[in-house]
Amino acid sequence: MKKLLIIMFLCLSMTTFAQEKYEVTDADYQNTQVEMADKMRADGKIYVLVAIIGAVMFGLIGYTISIDRKVSKLEKEVK
Amino acid sequence: MLKHWWKILTIALLIFTLIGGLLFDVPRLAILNETIRALHFHVTMWFAMILLLLVAAIYSIKYLKSGNIKHDDIAVEFTNTALVMGMLGIFTGMIWAKFTWGDYWNGDPKQNASAIGILMYFAYIILRNSLEDRQQRARIGAVYNIFAFAALIPLLFVLPRLTDSLHPGNGGNPGFNAYDLDSKLRLVFYPAIIGWTLLGVWMSTLKIRLRVVQRKVEDRKFA
Repeated sequence: MKKLLIIMFLCLSMTTFAQEKYEVTDADYQNTQVEMADKMRADGKIYVLVAIIGAVMFGLIGYTISIDRKVSKLEKEVK
Repeated sequence: MLKHWWKILTIALLIFTLIGGLLFDVPRLAILNETIRALHFHVTMWFAMILLLLVAAIYSIKYLKSGNIKHDDIAVEFTNTALVMGMLGIFTGMIWAKFTWGDYWNGDPKQNASAIGILMYFAYIILRNSLEDRQQRARIGAVYNIFAFAALIPLLFVLPRLTDSLHPGNGGNPGFNAYDLDSKLRLVFYPAIIGWTLLGVWMSTLKIRLRVVQRKVEDRKFA
């Protein structure tokens, strides 16, 4: 628990490394001069991507959990 | 279940990273365009790597103090996972660089420095594998690991800043480094760092536990 907290605080403090920042303003969010994938978003195709990458992620996480279980079982056997 | 709360947190943070990273509003910046979303997937790899290597360096010091082989296990496996993260960082960076800077490898100081850093840690693995004796391997490995970490920090955070670099916040490229000031990007970026780092911790602990089991089995064989 204490270790985790230390890791988290480190995460937060490390972002202060970056210097010479360009400030993003609201104007950058509205700037339609810059081309973005607006059409793809409007078509809803972006959700296809979210679903596909989500499926891959779920598969990998599920696999990791199953490995975790197997290791726990091994630990019990060896003990 | 209570013991596994941080694994559940990992999964939740990663799902949030995926959905938020792809769907949330991002600033419309020239050159970067939609690729600014790579921030949550490329930059976070390096954060995770550095944090895992920090843990490895700490446990290397602990090993030298205690001589407890368990501390060596932790140092090795955290280094291994960090190397995976670092390689992913290099590859994702190359893809991103191709589409924003024009080439996979620009000889950018930070790119070169991170490649050197990773090679340094590969040498760590080779060094360890070349030694037979368990305690000797652990001791020499621990000393090397501490030095490697001490060399990595200036390589990644100091030297690129002294010359011109394409990376944001280094040399002359200020228009790029909007991330940590923008609260909407930060909303995904910080959870993403924690999520990817925790995933690295999870995988490291799995391999550490396997190492412990393996040693018990081996010791039993010779006993």
